[in-house]
Amino acid sequence: MSDAAVTHEGHGHGHVAHQFETVEQQREAGQLGMWLFLMTEILFFGGMFTAYTVYRELHLPAFELASREILEAKYGATNTAVLICSSLTMALAIHSAHTGKKKWQTMMWLVFTMILGLTFLGIKLRFEWYEDYIHHFVPGLGFQYRPEWSSLGSQMGQVQMFMCFYFFMTGLHALHMIVGLGILTVLLIMTARNRFSPDYVAPLEISGLYWHFVDIVWIFLFPLLYLVGGRYPH
Amino acid sequence: MSTASLELPPAIPAESRVTYLNAEYGLKSWLLTKDHKRIGLLYLATITIMFMFGGIAAFLMRVQLLEPQGALVEPETYNKLFTIHGVIMVFFFLVPSIPATLGNFLIPLMIGARDVAFPKLNLLSWYIFVTGCTLALIAIFSGGVDTGWTFYPPYSSNYSHTAVVWMAMGIFIAGFSSILTGLNFVVTIHKMRAPGMTWFRLPLFIWAMYATSIIFILGTPVIAITLFLLALETLLHVGIFDPSLGGDPLLFQHMFWFYSHPAVYIMILPGMGVISELITAFSRKKIFGYSFVAFSSMAIAVISFIVWGHHMFVTGQSIYAGLIFSVLSFLVAIPSAVKVFNWTATLYKGSISYEAPMLYALGFIGLFTMGGLTGLFLASLATDVHLNGTYFVVAHFHYIMVGGAVMAYLGGIHFWWPKITGRMYPDMWARIAAALIFIGFNLTFAPQFVMGYLGMPRRYAVYPAEFQVLNVLSSAGASILAVGYAIPLIYLFWSMRYGPIAPQNPWGAKGLEWEVAATPPPPENFETIPIVTEEAYNYQPLKGAHSV
Amino acid sequence: MQERDQHYDIIVPVRTYVFTFLALLLLTALTTAVAYIDLGPFNTVVALTIAVIKMMLVILFFMHVKYHQGLTRIAIICAFFWLGIMMTLTLSDELTRGPSWEMNPSPWSALLPHIPHIVRFLF
Repeated sequence: MSDAAVTHEGHGHGHVAHQFETVEQQREAGQLGMWLFLMTEILFFGGMFTAYTVYRELHLPAFELASREILEAKYGATNTAVLICSSLTMALAIHSAHTGKKKWQTMMWLVFTMILGLTFLGIKLRFEWYEDYIHHFVPGLGFQYRPEWSSLGSQMGQVQMFMCFYFFMTGLHALHMIVGLGILTVLLIMTARNRFSPDYVAPLEISGLYWHFVDIVWIFLFPLLYLVGGRYPH
Repeated sequence: MSTASLELPPAIPAESRVTYLNAEYGLKSWLLTKDHKRIGLLYLATITIMFMFGGIAAFLMRVQLLEPQGALVEPETYNKLFTIHGVIMVFFFLVPSIPATLGNFLIPLMIGARDVAFPKLNLLSWYIFVTGCTLALIAIFSGGVDTGWTFYPPYSSNYSHTAVVWMAMGIFIAGFSSILTGLNFVVTIHKMRAPGMTWFRLPLFIWAMYATSIIFILGTPVIAITLFLLALETLLHVGIFDPSLGGDPLLFQHMFWFYSHPAVYIMILPGMGVISELITAFSRKKIFGYSFVAFSSMAIAVISFIVWGHHMFVTGQSIYAGLIFSVLSFLVAIPSAVKVFNWTATLYKGSISYEAPMLYALGFIGLFTMGGLTGLFLASLATDVHLNGTYFVVAHFHYIMVGGAVMAYLGGIHFWWPKITGRMYPDMWARIAAALIFIGFNLTFAPQFVMGYLGMPRRYAVYPAEFQVLNVLSSAGASILAVGYAIPLIYLFWSMRYGPIAPQNPWGAKGLEWEVAATPPPPENFETIPIVTEEAYNYQPLKGAHSV
Repeated sequence: MQERDQHYDIIVPVRTYVFTFLALLLLTALTTAVAYIDLGPFNTVVALTIAVIKMMLVILFFMHVKYHQGLTRIAIICAFFWLGIMMTLTLSDELTRGPSWEMNPSPWSALLPHIPHIVRFLF
């Protein structure tokens, strides 16, 4: 921790809501609240991860085939990189506000984060989901089994099961991204209105926690969905 | 802080000073309030309405079961009745009951804070809850749901054709309300205790609410995702529980019960917290074994998450998993028993009085014990094979939920009524109602243990004639119970307008909410934040009494 | 009285963020590249290990947990531990139901049917 600097927050600076005694108490409460919310998100996504794990253990060959034949690692890897960049820009946005930089700097980093988020969604929608849809890989929307999958025999249904998981999990993740973009918009407006200062960055900090969490979910979704059976020649 | 004495401060009429009730008037001041006390009352009104819907469903069920061939409705309708009764009572009454009403009202007062950590979030959670209730009522009035409150697929997803998705979404949304409430409580208890209020000086109600909030945070998201997936499967006609894709219906059950078993502890833990407050106040004695009771709340919260498979012993779950879950289920009985022993030891040589809240508390101890012991029959694999799916199970959980949780809820409402409204209710009527409830409850549910043991299945609209006597007894008890519930509704409403003004501390109870905050409290709870110097329940022995 | 979780006002230098970012990109490239090599069942192990490392980097540095003690860490550990409970006990049923369920066992779950024999042998 020797390279990190500690700021000293003035007592009574910033905005203290009536139920709190000090700014520190308010800030700690806000952080704890967001971490508790992220705990609920871990269990929320975790339910689907559990279900996925169960079926993967029971039906591995079908899952491997589905992952390898239908999903394209290049889009998954690119999107992973995009989100990692967005986590950096988010952290830099908070850093900028916390060190008292001009507001246009903070806004710039927030805008970069939003652009990267939109890029993620754009790649997903156009190159993955849309392509899956026209190739009949979407369960419930005209899913078709391919003849070359018949080596799975009676297990062929699990290919559709895998795609159910793919769309449910990435869909839920995308929903969280969209909410994140909404939050970033609000933060952008707040920054423009000079609401933040080195003494008061709490909304940026806790939104950052949310954004990083959404990144972490994708960090797990990428290998679990795209790299299941390995991409080596089978 | 004043020590307990029998001389209570003179009553200052509430009208002549500012309280949270008269600080602002008008619908908007209530619907846009950020005051935890008003939000608690908003919840009280909402869940009372939902209780009535759930109660009507129960009433219709008991009428149906007066006759072996069914006295009232077709089996298809009966299926909807028990589903509606279960869903409403679990998700829209019991889960929020004590936490959202008494918890919201009391937690800041008991710890010496001015409000919860996130008051606006608190109000939002009420609106979210109302939205969930609305969706559930839409589901009921657009044809109902007939899957049982457990929603097992593939029946619920493929064959039911009732308003499953509406109901699932209603529960999903109400779940967010629970999560936000739990989150608010955990942050409040961690970060906003008054100076000197260490963890081990907290009232045990706070410990119970903290443990409950942990369950809210860790368990509720799982039912949320489970119902969400069920809704998707129902709508898309394909999904992860679908056997034709290699899906496993038991996976739904695992995910469902991962929440729903801890949920039953969400429903009972706050009640246990209330009982700790009532037993100490009405024996005028400090709790026996404070830290054991506090830690037992946490132990219940933790162990509750590793026992869910006992709902699935006969579903085709593997025998090895069954063994593990059975052993763990026996384990969870231990902290509950610790509490019962400690409450009993608190009563010993206490100075006991029998006001209505104490009647509810004493009733709780007996009935919860019976419910808990009968749970052991169900936790044991071999006996569960016989008893599962029968009225024995129904009786078991009603002893805990109604004989336990609802009695604790009513006891708490009565105990803190003067603090909430500034008025006293008529004690004679309260005691009559408590007695009627106790008698009606036992007459309703004790026969169900017998009929379950003798083999009568649950969720059946018709039954073999040999069970009729027991069913009629049960239905008769239900009618007495209904009267017993109606009476407090009447006098509590009456008391809000015509009840005698309550003194500052009518029970002479210990606790910041009684000794420091005014009755009823002002909007900011305390003029100055108190500094806590003594332990909880520091009742002094009365003059001439023997000390233990 | 409230609990003190130290260093909420820590300012992490930009250098730390950039190094974390580069490490994350590197690990992403690594996990993608390893997927093209045949390691049998260890493909999954490597991929998940790298994912956990990436997660720890995000948590410790981007989310500042390296600089917070106590409550934050307990909260995160609890959430993952509870997720572990859900997975473990659910799998304890799903993977031990017997031969008809294990039509395509993954290499790991192929070990499970032998556990009862081991238990019986020991007792």
